[in-house]
Amino acid sequence: MIPELGHFALILALMLALVQSVLPMIGARAGRADWMDSARTTAALQVALLALAFAALIRSFVISDFTVVNVVENSHSLKPMLFKVAGSWGSHEGSLLLWTLILAVFGAGVALLGGNIPAGLKARTLSVQAWISVGFLTFMLFTSNPFDRVFPAPLDGQDLNPLLQDVGLALHPPLLYFGYVGFSIVFSFAVAALIEGRVDPAWARWVRPWTLAAWISLTAGIALGSWWAYYELGWGGWWFWDPVENVSFMPWLLGTALLHSAIVTEKRDAFKSWTILLAILTFSLSLLGTFIVRSGLLTSVHAFAVDPERGLYILGLLGVTVVGSLTLYAWRAPQLEPGGLFRPVSREAGLLINNLLLATATGTVLVGTLYPLFVEALTGEKLTVGPPFFNAVFIPVMLPLVVVMGVGPLLSWKRADLPGVAQRLRLALLVTAAVAGIVWYLQTGGPLLAVLSIAIAAWLFAASLREWALRIRLGDVPLREAARRARGLPRAAHGMTLAHLGVAALILGFVGSSAWKEEQVLFARAGTVVEIAGFEVVFEGVEQVRGPNYVAQQAQLRVLKGGEEIARLRPERRSYPVAGTTTTESAIRSTLVGDLYTTVGEPAAGPQTGQWTLRILYEPLVNWIWIGSAMLILGGLLSMSDRRLRVGAPRRAARPVPAAQPAE
Amino acid sequence: MSRLLLALPALLAVAVGGFLLWGLDPARDPNAVPSARIAAPVPEFALPPVAGTGMPGLSAADLRDTGEPVLVNVFASWCVPCRAEHAVLTRLVREEGVKLMGLNYQDDPADAARWLDDLGNPYERIGSDIEGRVGIDWAISGVPETFVIDGDGVVTFRYVGPIIEPDAQAEVRAALAAAGARS
Repeated sequence: MIPELGHFALILALMLALVQSVLPMIGARAGRADWMDSARTTAALQVALLALAFAALIRSFVISDFTVVNVVENSHSLKPMLFKVAGSWGSHEGSLLLWTLILAVFGAGVALLGGNIPAGLKARTLSVQAWISVGFLTFMLFTSNPFDRVFPAPLDGQDLNPLLQDVGLALHPPLLYFGYVGFSIVFSFAVAALIEGRVDPAWARWVRPWTLAAWISLTAGIALGSWWAYYELGWGGWWFWDPVENVSFMPWLLGTALLHSAIVTEKRDAFKSWTILLAILTFSLSLLGTFIVRSGLLTSVHAFAVDPERGLYILGLLGVTVVGSLTLYAWRAPQLEPGGLFRPVSREAGLLINNLLLATATGTVLVGTLYPLFVEALTGEKLTVGPPFFNAVFIPVMLPLVVVMGVGPLLSWKRADLPGVAQRLRLALLVTAAVAGIVWYLQTGGPLLAVLSIAIAAWLFAASLREWALRIRLGDVPLREAARRARGLPRAAHGMTLAHLGVAALILGFVGSSAWKEEQVLFARAGTVVEIAGFEVVFEGVEQVRGPNYVAQQAQLRVLKGGEEIARLRPERRSYPVAGTTTTESAIRSTLVGDLYTTVGEPAAGPQTGQWTLRILYEPLVNWIWIGSAMLILGGLLSMSDRRLRVGAPRRAARPVPAAQPAE
Repeated sequence: MSRLLLALPALLAVAVGGFLLWGLDPARDPNAVPSARIAAPVPEFALPPVAGTGMPGLSAADLRDTGEPVLVNVFASWCVPCRAEHAVLTRLVREEGVKLMGLNYQDDPADAARWLDDLGNPYERIGSDIEGRVGIDWAISGVPETFVIDGDGVVTFRYVGPIIEPDAQAEVRAALAAAGARS
């Protein structure tokens, strides 16, 4: 009964979405306030119905209702409760339901919280949002119903892939989807603005908090995913340039560009048509990602069920959304009057460089991801594009971006005084040179690119702190006065500084863990001692342990430094009898300086019985990747909590000329 | 002119969409690879050793008339799945006496040598294919990839991707056994 209720709720939500796709749009055109207002109710009811459906699915998983196909395929009665719940979004159907729920959450968010948005823009935005909902709800109901029943019901389920039974991964998809899908509302705002034929600073101000919310969440989702890959996959790597990673990374890169270009639109009434294009493309890349993950188009380690029929449906959806909105863009963008002239050296120019580099970086990732498909279609040859390509093209684009990041915030709008800025950054330059020298001295013979990258990170760190200090006039005025100024600074300013410092921390982590990593792989027997990065690791043997739905062989390791025991590590090999698979559980001693990362491989057989494959890595500075990510997220949250985004929203200036209504 | 520029994103999207549509053909399996090389003798090639390893290089002559089945593994130090696969290969060599040859694909010899120093070297001979020229003759699609060659130098089996999962290992063992039975 409950699954049928869920199914029914989905159908009702589709009906509401259909109404919302049409009524507010017509209302906005005809100027009927009641029709426009209907979106408030439909958006709120949609979210309630989809939440109900999602709750029904979770319940089916929690009580292990094996009459539901989705539960049979992705759960098992012995699975821990957390993973039963997480199983509800671990499958294609369940994650799609989560997708549409979040779509509705953003729609309802704008409907209920967007009180300062003019009725016409709001109504059109919500209609566009409902178009996307209709697309995904029909997709779910026609090809991927999560509530399909099976008869007779099997005795037990097939279990969720054990690799996915992890806290990090249980939380990763909801965060990622929140970001992915969050860009839908920005897309809807953009399309609504194109339909209205009007983009102005007020528009950018209204869009900003939603863009930030999506961006923060996507950042968190990607960071969590990379953290999961790091400690769960047992290779000690945190990024593989896998197609599935790339498709979440592309909207992030372009979303970052959007975040910055929207600032120019907000402050200077410039970059309008570019901001709109970014808003459309960012969500298009989210959709492309959904398509790639769910169609089995590319080879990847973590793609969902391969099903060409579903693929065709999403491709149709993708085609209508992307081509439709881009055509509308080509038609309407010329009418967005340009504004805000600026000189080659100015804040605008800095942000322009930022946007160009981020767009280029996105383009290289897109080409690298789809290149195998292009080549296969044109020549029939199969090939893979690996990390060497991405590292070779991506890093050279990003490093200059980081250099500009240090200078950008010091430039004034319209026309900046370059010698003055250079003077103010003298200290930062000095710090950079000193850091480069020290790193060079400590790591002679190491990769030159690593030293350069660290120097650039130091530059960004010093320049960002310097900019912040200048703003509060630290050093020029008494400390109390500076503290008062710091409190008076808008939170968005603190947010930017924190996020930029976060990028410096990220680079530190990226470089440390890839350029100066140490690694030992060996066959060990009880008593074997491994020396790595100044540690001694003693292998004491292997013990059998039992988990709720697995048995594990646990290696006992003692870590010594200077003869003293500093840690005990217990990496495991788990076998899951139901799923018939094994996983490697790493054990890590984590510090800010570096991680000692251990895994145990298969036991040897034959003459080597009693020996085990041990893998021990030393990853310097790796934790700065996640510290940096946390700083990005916190910086974003600080910006989002800025009062200016909530109160005192700008009044929309009256249209200077009653612009001619284009023929429609 | 500017209108054309603004229409460019839409046109590009249509073009990419065309490729995506082509890719959805149900008859196309992204993991499947044309098996042109199967049942054919190994291609003619001679590769120099990987500098800094002290190992001999690899040529077609080393794979002909060996009288026993041989595994040829294509690997590179930049390839993450290769790392995962390395332990399995090592085990096959040490415990089951498999003869393993390496084809080091588009790799910097110094990186490859360090990689082998770190992980251990299960290979009997390793050819260095820096340009990827020989890789084309073998029609490889990426790394890692593994071939079984029978005692007469005929390619009897090919596995694309890392040999890690138990199923994959079983396939390779079966192919080795079959190749051994034939020669």
